[in-house]
Amino acid sequence: MLGTTTTLKVQTPEGVTFEIPLASPFSRCLALAIDVAVVFAITILLSQVIGILSIAASGIPVLGRVFGDFGSGAAIVLQFVVATGYGMATEWLWSGRTVGKRMMKLRVIDERGLSLGLKQVIIRNLFRLLDMMPSTFYLIGGISCLVTARCQRLGDIAAGTLVIREAEVTPPALAGIIGTDRNSFATAPHLEARLRQRTTPEEARIVLDAVTRRNELDPESRLELFSRLAEYFRGIAEFPEEITIGLSDEQYVRNVVETLFRRASV
Amino acid sequence: MILDLDKFIAKERFYWDELAALLGRQDAQPDRRESLDEAKRFYYLYQRTSSDLVKLKTFAGEAETTRFLERLVARSYSRLHEDGGEKVPFRPWRWLTRTFPSTFRRHWIAFALSIGTFCVGAGFGATALKLNYDSKADFIPPQFSHLNEKPSKRVEREEKKDFDAFQGRHEFSAQLMTHNTKVTILTMVTGFLWGVFTLILLFYNGTLIGVVIYDYIADGQGVFLSAWLLPHGSFELPAIFMGGQAGLVIARTMFGWGTNLRLRQRFARIRGDLLTLVGGAGLLLIWAGIVESFLSQYHDPQFYPWKIAFGAVQLIGLILYLSLCGRRGAREKTFSH
Repeated sequence: MLGTTTTLKVQTPEGVTFEIPLASPFSRCLALAIDVAVVFAITILLSQVIGILSIAASGIPVLGRVFGDFGSGAAIVLQFVVATGYGMATEWLWSGRTVGKRMMKLRVIDERGLSLGLKQVIIRNLFRLLDMMPSTFYLIGGISCLVTARCQRLGDIAAGTLVIREAEVTPPALAGIIGTDRNSFATAPHLEARLRQRTTPEEARIVLDAVTRRNELDPESRLELFSRLAEYFRGIAEFPEEITIGLSDEQYVRNVVETLFRRASV
Repeated sequence: MILDLDKFIAKERFYWDELAALLGRQDAQPDRRESLDEAKRFYYLYQRTSSDLVKLKTFAGEAETTRFLERLVARSYSRLHEDGGEKVPFRPWRWLTRTFPSTFRRHWIAFALSIGTFCVGAGFGATALKLNYDSKADFIPPQFSHLNEKPSKRVEREEKKDFDAFQGRHEFSAQLMTHNTKVTILTMVTGFLWGVFTLILLFYNGTLIGVVIYDYIADGQGVFLSAWLLPHGSFELPAIFMGGQAGLVIARTMFGWGTNLRLRQRFARIRGDLLTLVGGAGLLLIWAGIVESFLSQYHDPQFYPWKIAFGAVQLIGLILYLSLCGRRGAREKTFSH
C-alpha cells in the first residue's frame, strides 16, 4: 500500500464532496521532533522550579526534609504527566493541534472529517507508548505510517483519527489575467464567441489552471505546455494573423483564458 | 457553461472571508460558546460556501479557488459535525460507583484470561525455580537485582533497618506509580498486536512473581512476603490485570469475532470501555504506589499481622466493589429499555 492515499475524500450530508490533504510522514516527523523538544523544555523548567523550591525550603528544619524528598518525587510524577499529558492537553484544547503540529500546519481530525472527541485524543496518545517502540525510535508507528494507505500510526487506527495538512490557501488573484486591456482577441468578438461556444468546462478549467500555476513550472515544461495548449486552442477557433502576430504561445493562451472567463456565458 | 469566475469570486469573497474569520476565532478561542445568532450565521456561511464549491467544481473547476473553498468547507464541516455519543458530561462519582465496576464486569472473561495467563506464568516461574534454584538470577531483571539476595538475609537486614518516612519515600513512590502505570498502559496497547504481546507481558510478570513467591516461601519467609506484598499488591496486581483485560478487549476487536463491523466501527465501540478500564487501573496504581512506599517497606515484625490484615481487607473490598457496585443502576437501565 505504502501511503497510496494523499487525500481524505469526504461527502457531506448536503451532498458536497471535498478532499482534505493528508500529512506526509516527513512533516509528521518534524512536528514530533518539535513536540519532543517542547516536552523536554517543559520538563527541565519544572524540574528547575521544584529544585529551587526544595532549596528554599531546605533551611526549615522538618519541612526542609519533607520538601526535599517530596520535590524529587514530584519531579518524577510531573515528568511522566507532561510526557503523557502534553499531547492529550494540547490536542484537546487546540482542536487537534500540538505546538509542533501548529508550526508544521498539521491537525488531527476524526477519520470521517469530523472534529476530535476527547476519547479519541486520549486513546491516540496512550497508544504512543506502543508506536514509539522500540525504546523511543517510533519504529512501529513509523512503519505503520508508511504501510497504511492513509498514513496512520497504530494510535490513529485505534482512535479513528488522521493527521491532515492545513496550509492556508487563498483564492488566486485573477485580476492580472481577466479584464486586462491587452487581449487582442477582443477585436474579434465573433471569434471570441466561437471560442467560448466550442470550449468545454473541462478545457476551460485546464487552461485556467495552466495560467494560474505557470510560475510553478520549470522553463522547458512551461514552453512545451503552452505550445501544446496554444496549438489546441488554435484548432478550436482560429483568429486572423493580424490579431495573433507577435503573440507568444503563453500570451495566446492567456488571451484564451481572458476571453473564456471575462464574461459569463451562463 | 462557464462561470464568470472573476465576478463570482468578487461577489462571494465577502462570505468566504467572514467564514474564515469565524473559523480563525474558533481556533483562537476554542472554549468560547457561541450565541444562537452566531451559530446560525456560521451554518448559513457554511451552506453558502458549500454551494459555491459545488458551483465552482461544476462550472469552472478552477483549482486554486476550489482548493481554498475545500479547506473552508472541510474546517466548517468538522466544526459543525461532531462525533455523536460524547455529549454526556463526566460525573466522577457516577463513574466510580457505576461505570467503572460495570465496565469491568462486562469484560470479565478478558479479566479472567488476563489473571489466568499471569497465574500460569507464576506457576512456571515457581516450578522452574523448584527444579533448578540456580536459574533464579536468569529470571530476575537487572532493575530488581536486590531480589537475587537470599530471602532470609534480606529479611534480617530489613528488620534491623530504621524506617525513615522522608528518606527517599516520595521519590520511590513516584517511581513506582509511573513505572506501574507505564506497564499497565503497555499491557493494554500491545493488545493491538492481536493480544500476543499482552499475553507475553502478563506471563513474564507472572513468572517474576512466581519466582519471588517460591523463593521466599521455600526459605520460610512466607509471613514477611505477605506483609511486604499484600498491602500494595492487593491493588497493584489487579490494576495490571486490568491493563491485560483492556489489551485482550483490543485483541478481540482486532480479530473481530462475532461481528461484521469494520475495524474502525469496532474500535469506536470499545473506546469508552478502554478508557474506563485504564482509568480505573490508574487510580488503583496511584494508591498502590503510596502504600508501597509508606507501608509495604516498613518491615517491623510486630506490624506484620496488621499489614497482612490491611492488604486482605483492601483485596476483599476491591473484589466486593468490582462485583457488586453499580448493579442496581445496570438493572434499572435494563428495565427502562
